[in-house]
Amino acid sequence: MSTDLKIQLKDVHKGFGPKKVLQGIDLEVPKGQSVVIIGGSGTGKSVMLKCILGILNPDQGEIFVDGEDVTKFSSRARKKTLAKFGMLFQGAALFDSLPVWENVAFGLIQGKGMNRKDAQEIAIEKLRRVGLGADVGNLSPAELSGGMQKRVGLARAIATEPEIIFFDEPTTGLDPIMADVINDLIVECVKDLGATTLSITHDMASARKIADRIAMLYHGKIIWDGAKDEIDSSGNDHVDQFIHGRAQGPIEMELLKL
Amino acid sequence: MRNPLAIIGQVVLASLAEIGRLSKFSATAISSIFMPPVYWRHVLKQMWLIGYNSLPVVGLTALFTGAALAQQIYVGGSRFNAASVVPGVVVIAIVRELGPVLGGLMVAGRVSSAMAAELGTMRVTEQIDALVTLSTDPFKYLVAPRLIAAVITLPLLVIIANIIGVLGGYLIGTGRLGLNEGTYLQVTVDFLERADVISSLVKASVFGFFIALMGSYHGYNSRGGAQGVGKATTNAVVSAFIAILLANLIITVIVFGGRGA
Repeated sequence: MSTDLKIQLKDVHKGFGPKKVLQGIDLEVPKGQSVVIIGGSGTGKSVMLKCILGILNPDQGEIFVDGEDVTKFSSRARKKTLAKFGMLFQGAALFDSLPVWENVAFGLIQGKGMNRKDAQEIAIEKLRRVGLGADVGNLSPAELSGGMQKRVGLARAIATEPEIIFFDEPTTGLDPIMADVINDLIVECVKDLGATTLSITHDMASARKIADRIAMLYHGKIIWDGAKDEIDSSGNDHVDQFIHGRAQGPIEMELLKL
Repeated sequence: MRNPLAIIGQVVLASLAEIGRLSKFSATAISSIFMPPVYWRHVLKQMWLIGYNSLPVVGLTALFTGAALAQQIYVGGSRFNAASVVPGVVVIAIVRELGPVLGGLMVAGRVSSAMAAELGTMRVTEQIDALVTLSTDPFKYLVAPRLIAAVITLPLLVIIANIIGVLGGYLIGTGRLGLNEGTYLQVTVDFLERADVISSLVKASVFGFFIALMGSYHGYNSRGGAQGVGKATTNAVVSAFIAILLANLIITVIVFGGRGA
């Protein structure tokens, strides 16, 4: 296989009991590219990310990160691979028992064993990078608005300067302007780091802004995959319905059957 | 109407699966205790939360139980002119059974529920997944400190509960029932054996383990938002209670089963 593939999924299956969520995902993410997975709620987008991270184990298939099959890793090797990743969670997933700066510095202190003082300096620098002042660092995450929490989550995701960043619904729950601010920050930060990114979203505005390539997940499979500019002329009914947000179309028919 | 045999089969299978999951969780949790790093700051924080904050409720439980026990034994004992056994029976009942069991149950009510709610909320808000992406093992960071803290702290709490329980008996015995102060203490000391104290502390440690284990297990595996966390909290307390009572019976039979007659 080609070495410039950062992440590669081959025929990945994952089910929970009788429910088959992923039914043979094939996906390639080349180094330095930003790939956005679009798809309706409950199509298994988050499950796919968690399989790559090793939080969930796929039932079948192979997942390569930098050419190594992570599904066969021991926990020690997996930890080493995890150090390459950063992730911005849908609800930001900030640790509410820690102040904001310690959230941002967490990966540096716990993951990389940096001393607290140096880590705090980097954390404040990263907070500034996402447009938050040093004073925010001492607040508790519960005192922040949704948009600020997302920014802190982004600062935490980039703090360890990871090679690969996952964005899980980065704009969900934000007003359109704040969503665009977050999109801009994501694009800037990714460019700064030269990172490879994999995002999942159902917000088309966000997808168009942060993606190099877009893939659509439907019924546990990638049904379309192409450059961002090609998505309006995909010739795929499911994709057309999704990007235009129409209630009528092939996807609705499936929903009614359930 | 479904086949009753099928229902029984499903219940048995589900229970076995649950026991399997719990065993696997315990094994992972225990092994995470013995592998570095240990988060001592978290251990100390949990010891404070489990131990110091439980003192009032454990102390009051022991005081009232010891006092009520002395009163009942006095009533029963006087029928056989044996009111003088009050201090001996009180100290044995408290140290062997009531101190650790009631202390354990009270702490389980406070602590297993709090752990399940905290870890459950962390689970449903993806904070536990976030730990993984930040190269931190959630078992080492969250579960191990709670287990270590509970196993260390419960014996300390139970020592205090035992002393306060005996004190409760002493207060009623000497204040209300007219027993002699000096004799009361002398009989208490004479009756108490080393094995009683050791079994009391062993029980406390084992109960501490189950309190933290059930709280962590149900919290860690909770799903489905606020409702799921609520369910996890209830299950944590109920399963901790059952585990404590069952473990108590087993330890009592092992330690004291060979005696008597």
